[in-house]
Amino acid sequence: MRRVTAFNLFAIVLGIVFLYLPIVVLVIYSFNASRLVAVWGGWSTQWYAELAGDAAILSAASISLRVALVSASLATLLGTLAALALVRFGRFRGRLLFASMIYAPLVMPEVITGLSLLLLFVALAVDRGFWTVVIAHTTMAACFVTVVVQSRLVDFDISLEEAAMDLGAPPLRTFLTITLPLILPAIAAAWMLAFALSLDDLVIASFTTGPGATTLPIRIYSEVRLGVKPEINAVCSIFIAVVCVAVLTASLVAKLTAARGAPTRL
Amino acid sequence: MIDAKSRMPKTSLARKFVVALPYAWLLLFFLVPFLIVLKISLSQSAIAQPPYAPVLDFAAGWRGIARFFAGLSFDNYRLLGSDPLYLLSYVKSLQIAAFSTLMLLAIGYPIAYGMARTPRRVQAVLVVLVVLPFWTSFLIRIYAWMNILQRDGLLNKALLALHIVHEPPVWLATDTAIYIGMVYSYLPFMVLPLYAVLEKLDQLLLEAAADLGCPRWKAFWLVTVPLSSPGIVAGALLCFIPIVGEFVIPDLLGGSNAPMIGQTIWTEFFGNKDWPASAAVAVALVCLLVTPIVLFQHQAMRASEQG
Repeated sequence: MRRVTAFNLFAIVLGIVFLYLPIVVLVIYSFNASRLVAVWGGWSTQWYAELAGDAAILSAASISLRVALVSASLATLLGTLAALALVRFGRFRGRLLFASMIYAPLVMPEVITGLSLLLLFVALAVDRGFWTVVIAHTTMAACFVTVVVQSRLVDFDISLEEAAMDLGAPPLRTFLTITLPLILPAIAAAWMLAFALSLDDLVIASFTTGPGATTLPIRIYSEVRLGVKPEINAVCSIFIAVVCVAVLTASLVAKLTAARGAPTRL
Repeated sequence: MIDAKSRMPKTSLARKFVVALPYAWLLLFFLVPFLIVLKISLSQSAIAQPPYAPVLDFAAGWRGIARFFAGLSFDNYRLLGSDPLYLLSYVKSLQIAAFSTLMLLAIGYPIAYGMARTPRRVQAVLVVLVVLPFWTSFLIRIYAWMNILQRDGLLNKALLALHIVHEPPVWLATDTAIYIGMVYSYLPFMVLPLYAVLEKLDQLLLEAAADLGCPRWKAFWLVTVPLSSPGIVAGALLCFIPIVGEFVIPDLLGGSNAPMIGQTIWTEFFGNKDWPASAAVAVALVCLLVTPIVLFQHQAMRASEQG
């Protein structure tokens, strides 16, 4: 019935090679002994060793991690509430504006989001720094969280909630004991997405940051503008390795929990 | 479903809280900032803190508010219309976004189509493979291309070794490099919506077409493509809109002669410190994107309601 033709295979293989080749090249060259990035000078881990002594990069990485942890958690809270409101509350007053504000940031150019938030902070006379970046990332990521959690809530078998309420459970208790455990995998996935988005963001952070809150992408960007450098290859490789391990673990966990939770999904 | 909803007490405090918290957050940090951008785009650049005038002075009462409105002007927009730099910038952004989206469609469709035809177990692995690069930093992936495209980078080495060229061509700081970067970065955004639609496509329809004597290419054109149009629209919007305002890719891979609009906003803001001009450029960009954004919202809302 469904036959995979040679052309199909060709398209898939070429696509995957295109997606991964640049990353593989980057990682291989991070182990290059030569300072000239274009010349292969044998294997070496010296750039990783130099990285360990680079205080600027290390502090930027720690700021990025803290921003991502806080903003991903806030965004997950806000986004989950928004998804519940959109899926479960039917038509409420102002729903259209609400839904518009959820979907618009998904495609909004980052330059505009960054600029507008910065002008807000200036208008409110807020000192820019760690917390302004957190607020900016939370706003951007919450919309992605909403979409992820929403898609799980739409699939959700509502009769489970109805059964709980028929048996006398109040709404909050129903939510905590029935709904929340069932949408937890989606919430976890959404948190990870929000975390990755925050860790990745350069443009919005550049607009909303202040003294003492230089994130890793801002740091990398200022180095990269001047050209290719082996130390930056090393930073990027570590970043890629961490992300790959995290995503693969998460998808494995999701698969295991999905398999275990299958009967309850009916 | 309707039953469960009606059972929820309509006025419960918890329910209000669930809507109010994200609602208030988005109003304050998404809508209000936009209004501020709009307002500043009507202001004048000034050597002050903040660097624009007039500033709304509530302390001066009604007189302050009146003075504020009298100070607003459309000068920045007149500048946008008269200075060819801005116009070129918009044209270039639209052109790059349009061509990139077409290329993404041409490259993404065969990949998504092939993925949808593989066995289920393979499909799951392929989806993870396509999504994975999306999780690694945007910036890093563009930087990876800087490695490859530089003068003595791998691409030129390969071309020279294969005797395709005799002189290493210049890739970085050209539009070609921008296109490579765009297609590379946005490919998952095109493949995934297309795959989601193609994977659900009923194979019986194609078999029926074949039984009725329709050649395969024709069945593809008459059955598969029209049925996958929601995926095509979603993928195209998901790529086109952010590409128009893209900053990192043209900044790192492109040249400095004709900036894209995202770069113009950036340099007006950080370089020239002309906040009102940069706000006006941003407002004009939003106006340009309003139609595709509304289309996208429409499509996203419909998709989420269907589940």
